Amino acid sequence: MSAATRLTTRHWAPPLVGLSSMLLILAAVEILIRVGLINRYIVPLPSKVLASFGRVIVEEDIFHRFLLTAWECLAAGVLLTVFGVAIGVLLHRAPLFRHACETWVAAMASAPLVLAYPLFLVIFGRSALTIIMLAFIAGLAPVILKTIEGLSATRRVLINVGRSFKLTPAQQFWKIYFPSALPTIFVGIRLGLIFALINVVGVEFLINFGGLGQLINELAERYDLAGTYAAICFVILVSVVFFVTTERAERWLTAAD
Amino acid sequence: MADSGGLTRARDARPWLTPVALLRVAIVLAVLVIWQLMAISGWFYSDVVPALPAIAVALVKLLSSGDFYWNLWVTIDEIGIGLLIGGLSGLATGLVIGANTFLAKAFEPYLYYLGPTPKIIFFPVMIMWFGVGAGAKVAMGAVSCFFPIALNVAAGMRQIDQVLIRVGQSFRANPWQMAIKIYLPAMRHPIINGLRLGLGVAVIGTLLAETKMSNRGIGFLVIQAYSMFDMPRMYAILIVLFVVAIGANALVAHFGGLDQIKQK
Repeated sequence: MSAATRLTTRHWAPPLVGLSSMLLILAAVEILIRVGLINRYIVPLPSKVLASFGRVIVEEDIFHRFLLTAWECLAAGVLLTVFGVAIGVLLHRAPLFRHACETWVAAMASAPLVLAYPLFLVIFGRSALTIIMLAFIAGLAPVILKTIEGLSATRRVLINVGRSFKLTPAQQFWKIYFPSALPTIFVGIRLGLIFALINVVGVEFLINFGGLGQLINELAERYDLAGTYAAICFVILVSVVFFVTTERAERWLTAAD
Repeated sequence: MADSGGLTRARDARPWLTPVALLRVAIVLAVLVIWQLMAISGWFYSDVVPALPAIAVALVKLLSSGDFYWNLWVTIDEIGIGLLIGGLSGLATGLVIGANTFLAKAFEPYLYYLGPTPKIIFFPVMIMWFGVGAGAKVAMGAVSCFFPIALNVAAGMRQIDQVLIRVGQSFRANPWQMAIKIYLPAMRHPIINGLRLGLGVAVIGTLLAETKMSNRGIGFLVIQAYSMFDMPRMYAILIVLFVVAIGANALVAHFGGLDQIKQK
C-alpha cells in the first residue's frame, strides 16, 4: 500500500466508522422493532420515518414553513446585528457605562430569557412578532459582548497609525477599529444567530405558530409518529446546515484577518 | 500623596461609592422610574405594564407562599436529576472521545453539530418514551446538558499537559488512577465550564417542557399566571427565576474558579 493510499485511508476511516455506526444503530432499532422488543407505537420503524420524508415535504408544505422560519430568523438576525453592534460600540466608547453594564449583559446571556415567552405573547400576541422579538432578545448578549471584545482588542499600533494620519474620530472608527474588530463581531453575530434559530424553532413549537417548530407540534398532536420523527430530522438538518454555513463564513473572515 | 492615600483608604472603606457603582444605582433607578411612568401614563394596558407596587406585592405574595417553594423544589429536583444523568453520560462520552483521536474524528462531529439544535423539538419524543410526568422533563434536562458537557470534557482532555500524563505513566498508574489523579484534576476548569453551560441549558430545557405540558413546577406556574392573565404574578415569577438562574450560574463559575481565570 503506497503512502498516499495509507494517508487517504487514515483520512476517511474515522468518518466512515462514524457513519457506519449510525447506520448500524438504525438497523438494530429496525430489527428490534420488527421482532417486537421495542414498541412500534412509541418508536416508529426507521424505514417508515425515511419513507415519510416525501409525504411530510409534499403534504405539510415544508418549503413554505421553512421560508417562514428562515424569515423569522433573518428578521431577528438583522435586529440583533443592528442593535447588538450599536450597543457594543456605544459601550466601548463610554468606558464608565461599559464597566457598569458589561456584567449585566453577561448575566443576561445566562438568563433563561425564552421562558418569558408567555409575557411576549401578552405584549405582541400570538404572531411572528413574538417569535422574532424573543429570538432578538435571546441573541443580543453575545453580539454586544463580542463587539466590545473585538473593539477593545484593536492593536495599539493600528490606532497609532490612525492618529499619525490625523484621522477624525469617525474615520478612526470606520478605517481602524471596525475592520479590526469585524472577525470578532462576526463570531458574536454567529452566536446570536444560533441562539435566534434555537429560540425561533423552540417558540414556534411552544406556541404552535409559524414554520418548522409548529409542524413538529402538529404532527405530534396528530400522533403521526413517523412524520414527527421525520420533521425532527428535517429541523436537525436545517440547523446543521445553518451552523456549518455560518462556521464557514466565520473561518473565511478570520482567515481574511 | 497623603491625600491620594486618604482617598484610596476612603474608597476601600466604602467600595460601593465608586463611579461604576453609583452609575449602576442610577441606571436601576432610571429604569424603575421609566417603568412606573409607563405604568401610570395610560399609554399601555395596565395588565401589560403593571405598576411597580403591584409587582412588589405579587413578589412578596409569591415568596411567602408555600406553594411556590413546593413547585420550585419540583423543578430543582427535575433539573438536578437531569443534570446528574446528562452530566455523567456527557463526562463519560467526553473522556472516551477526548482520549482517543480516532473515536473523536468518528463521533465528535455528530455531537458538535447536534449541540446547537433546539432541544425542545425532542419533547414530543420524550413524552412518548417517558410519559407526561416528571420523566419527560428530566429527560429534556439530561438531553440538553449532555452536549455542552461532553464537548467541553473532550476539548479539556486534549488540552491536558502531556508532562502530567507522562508523570502518571512513569508512576505506572492504572487507567482508574490516571482518570482520578491526572485527568480529572487537570480538567477541572473545562468540566466546570461544561457544567455551567450544561446547567443553563438544562434549566431552559426542563422549564420549557414544564410550560408545554405539566401540572407542577415553576414552568407550570408561569403558564398558569399567563392563562389567568395575572401579569404582576408572572413578572414576579420571572424575576425570581432569572435571579435564581443567574445566581446558580455565577455560583458554579465562582466555586469552579472560572471567575479567577477571567481576572487573570
